[in-house]
Amino acid sequence: MTTPLLSMQNISKHFGGTPALTEASLTVDAGEVHALIGQNGAGKSTLIKILTGYYTKDSGRTRYQGDDFTPASPKAAQAAGISTIYQEVNLVPMLSVTENICLGREQRRFGLLDWHAMQVEATQLLARFGIAIDMTRPVGSYSTATQQMIAIARAIGFSARLVIMDEPTSSLDERETEVLFQVIRGLKSDGVSVIFVSHRLDELYAVCDRVTIMRDGRTVKTGSMAEVDKLELVSTMLGRDVARSAGRTTGFGAPAHAAGAVVLSVQGLSNGHSVKTVSLDVRQGEIAGLAGLLGSGRTETARMIFGIDPATAGKMTIAGAAHRPRQPADAIAAGLGFCTEDRKVEGIVPDMSVADNMMLALMPALSRSGIVDEARQREIVAGFIQKLGIKCTGPGQKIRELSGGNQQKVLLARWLAMSPRLLILDEPTRGIDVGAKDEIQRLIRELADQGLAVLMISSELEEVIEGADSVFVLRDGHSVVHLTAEQRSESAVLAAMAEGDAHG
Amino acid sequence: MAEQVNDFLRRYGTLAALGLLILLNLLITPNFATLQTLNVNLTQVATIVIVAVGMTLVIATGGIDLSVGSLMAIAGALAPMVFMGKIVAIGNIYVAVALAMLVAVVATTILGAFNGFLIARYRIQPIVATLVLFIAGRGVAQVITNGNLQVFKVPEFQFIGLGRVLGIPVQVILMLVFVALAVWILRRSLFGRQLLAVGGNEKAARLSGISTRRIKIAVYAISGFLAGVAGLVVIAINSASDANLVGLGMELDAIAAVAVGGNLLSGGRATVFGTLIGALTIQLVRYTLLANGVPDAAALVVKAAIIILAVWLQQRGRAAQ
Repeated sequence: MTTPLLSMQNISKHFGGTPALTEASLTVDAGEVHALIGQNGAGKSTLIKILTGYYTKDSGRTRYQGDDFTPASPKAAQAAGISTIYQEVNLVPMLSVTENICLGREQRRFGLLDWHAMQVEATQLLARFGIAIDMTRPVGSYSTATQQMIAIARAIGFSARLVIMDEPTSSLDERETEVLFQVIRGLKSDGVSVIFVSHRLDELYAVCDRVTIMRDGRTVKTGSMAEVDKLELVSTMLGRDVARSAGRTTGFGAPAHAAGAVVLSVQGLSNGHSVKTVSLDVRQGEIAGLAGLLGSGRTETARMIFGIDPATAGKMTIAGAAHRPRQPADAIAAGLGFCTEDRKVEGIVPDMSVADNMMLALMPALSRSGIVDEARQREIVAGFIQKLGIKCTGPGQKIRELSGGNQQKVLLARWLAMSPRLLILDEPTRGIDVGAKDEIQRLIRELADQGLAVLMISSELEEVIEGADSVFVLRDGHSVVHLTAEQRSESAVLAAMAEGDAHG
Repeated sequence: MAEQVNDFLRRYGTLAALGLLILLNLLITPNFATLQTLNVNLTQVATIVIVAVGMTLVIATGGIDLSVGSLMAIAGALAPMVFMGKIVAIGNIYVAVALAMLVAVVATTILGAFNGFLIARYRIQPIVATLVLFIAGRGVAQVITNGNLQVFKVPEFQFIGLGRVLGIPVQVILMLVFVALAVWILRRSLFGRQLLAVGGNEKAARLSGISTRRIKIAVYAISGFLAGVAGLVVIAINSASDANLVGLGMELDAIAAVAVGGNLLSGGRATVFGTLIGALTIQLVRYTLLANGVPDAAALVVKAAIIILAVWLQQRGRAAQ
């Protein structure tokens, strides 16, 4: 038996009085791809931050390459060959690709920067990922997915022995994810180990050798991926048997009644570039799913419906009346709500309280001559906190202190408070732990049953197929197929996303 | 424990510093505990606080307003021309003074709104957009007055700088009224909440149907209005208006008060009360040094040191979160 590359044993860490980690362990062998999973707050990030030198452990022992290892800073961990790739891209948007890749380890010649050598090195690095782009353009001019690949290349460029990937695929589409997996397999064959954190179970099976499951700051299970099936993975992570109806893996139930009249109708919508001909209908009381690969125009379509970006062609109606929003306020007035895919950037106001975040859209209606009716506001906020089961210390707590799932519930409440006709949800469960995901999916179904029309964009096939009563598939900016409840299936959606033909 | 100390320092650090300064003065400065000392300090700080209240709101939206000093000069140039009858002769002095104040303040409010318009409509960086009036504003004031010093003796007007109500200087009352009004606006009004939302996350605010453009224009207009009022108070105290000097360097004093008061310079959070404490602290430091025979030039260095200390405390407070 060889010594493992990394062995963290009995690691404990407290923040103030609350334990974040209690005797947690993690062992990674050389050349192994190791999945680290757990709900939000299970202690994954704390464990990783101890490993990368952001935090110091209270007790326990870390051995790395056979020696005791206590990095004093992230820089020390990086020097020891531990690289971390975060969910958010850590690049300087205004600098060129080469500058970003070589940032902090510029090559010098006669005391000056050797641009040529750096250009060559950076190009070679990206070639390993099958990416050939203009290295002199600023990073900010590339798509998020490309930026993510550049960030990964940059991290691995530091002659890494151990690469930590924290939800690296959340901004990648399927093809790019596949490229990433090839890179991971390549790293593995070079003897580099990878710790892979992801909420997408399928990916873990596709690329990981072993898995460590954490719950409440403890390591609850370590095993080979081949020996743990999906249901066991989820139930271990949640610490309970997950009761589910047969075959279902999401929290959506079946609809309570048939869909009603058409609320939103979109015909031939276009923005002139990424969206060409998109047509769809959303009916009262139904969840309409909008599926498609990254870049197929899903989010762009939603943004036009909500008046954020202008449409260049096409017709939209809401309950039969023409809908031509020039700004979000117009769409809100027409009875629309929109939960964006990026909670942090476009959703929450981090420094404001749960109550103020929740009331952001409703507040004008709650005010008389510019003064907010506090009593009425308190009443509404308390109602939603209770109804949606939002976990917070009170309405005055800052929203940034809440978990992703609870933040999402606050944002849902922001729109529900407006009693909208149609709610657009863009990736409603992205970056949310499994338990809260289930709850939010159930909530969406409940809302539809109460008569709300929901347009849901999701990259997770399960969510679209099980959740949506009617699925519209986009490909390259065109609507390619509309599947009814009877027609929707994984194979039908996949086929349409991959090779569907444009129609009407 | 360390986190609690940091949190305490961030929240009450300036207040504690002010308390310590007062204690120190009680010990070393002769005749400190007198009503006169209080009056001197409050009258000197009043105009800074009035401008800094507007600056607090502007900074809460993530912006900055460099034009306040120049707007003070414009208000200071316009008002005497009206009440001294240089434009049209007005018989009744009260009507003339009221009209003078109105003209001056309306002008600076419109110019402030113009700043906001540049920033909101054309997405010009606030520091650049307000730099336009920072430079041009003082020039305009000089052109209006032909570069002449305007000297006057109009008690009806100078009441706002020299008068007292129940023994309290009028400009101190004005200062307290504006502070109270701003605190109330931020806490209770729709405008205040929307302003903080725009500063905290502009995209989220816009997607929630808030007219970010209108909020920004309003906030710079308020800043312009307050600068106009401060300009009137300054010339009233001086019995003269010199377009070269009125409000000179005021933008930096106001920004310093906001920073020392514990406001986030990146926006999204605002404490007008903190700004008041910040301005008082800076003022008292200066007073302490002058009263103890330290020259004004040295006092500037100490002022800079305080600003650095305040910003450092803020950073530590944020890192601890």
